[in-house]
Amino acid sequence: MRAAVVVFPGSNRDGDVARALRHSGAEVVSVWHADTELPAGTDLAVVPGGFSYGDYLRCGAIAGRAAAMDAVRAHAARGGLVLGICNGFQILCESGLLPGVLMRNVNRRFICHRQFLRVERTDTRFTSAYTQGQVIDVCVAHGEGNYFADPATIDRLEGEGRVAFRYCDAEGGLTEDANRNGSLNSIAGIYSEQRNVLGMMPHPENFVDALVGGVDGKGLFDSLAA
Amino acid sequence: MKARIVVTLKTGVLDPQGKAIEAALKSFGIQDISGVRQGKVFDLEVASEDREQAEATLKAACEKLLANTVVENYTVEIA
Repeated sequence: MRAAVVVFPGSNRDGDVARALRHSGAEVVSVWHADTELPAGTDLAVVPGGFSYGDYLRCGAIAGRAAAMDAVRAHAARGGLVLGICNGFQILCESGLLPGVLMRNVNRRFICHRQFLRVERTDTRFTSAYTQGQVIDVCVAHGEGNYFADPATIDRLEGEGRVAFRYCDAEGGLTEDANRNGSLNSIAGIYSEQRNVLGMMPHPENFVDALVGGVDGKGLFDSLAA
Repeated sequence: MKARIVVTLKTGVLDPQGKAIEAALKSFGIQDISGVRQGKVFDLEVASEDREQAEATLKAACEKLLANTVVENYTVEIA
């Protein structure tokens, strides 16, 4: 598995996601936002978390149109894997690789806490190391994670089984309390039509080592590196 | 020529910032205000003498970057 992590001015989780990928056995290189191509042999393009371009205009708006994102779009069109986490998810939505938009959290607060997620399907390149309906314990850290799309898009996502993760309680229940940012249908992450692109707000890369709180995020990187 | 682009949230899209601003206005004793929705204004100059061409350029700017048409509307005014 060869992964390319795209770095924008203001990205700050690129190092953590690279470490998580290497921990699962992937080879990782960095790509600068102005680069027009991904390195030859790239299997996975990663758009990391952070505050690209200071969140100016809209979160992910400027990064979504950067030169490197043209390369990521071309990679996705060829069937290549793309993973966007947190600001990376916002960037994937702004770039047109995923539908919808991440709006300001409904409670108007930057939320930063441990978060349970329900794994909605395991027959993808991102989640094969998990079990169906497994509840994983990771975290969220964002001010704009409130997933929104028009009703037709939500119906399509649900109908095509493109919801990757949902915010849930410890038992997997989809309660309002567990969905603190107010996302429609408790959506925490979605796939593209071909399921080769995944965008998610929570941070699996924070939880790949028992020494720093848990290992429930490791399954995602193990799935990718398998 | 000078132009102004106004970007606003579409009807029905939740605006937590607008709500917070409305609550703040009330807390500062400014009553009788409701339905606050926050938007953005861009003042800019277009290097074109042709109005239609300028309009097309501004529209392209909105579609490409300035507005996210999933949740936002925009209007273009040329001075």
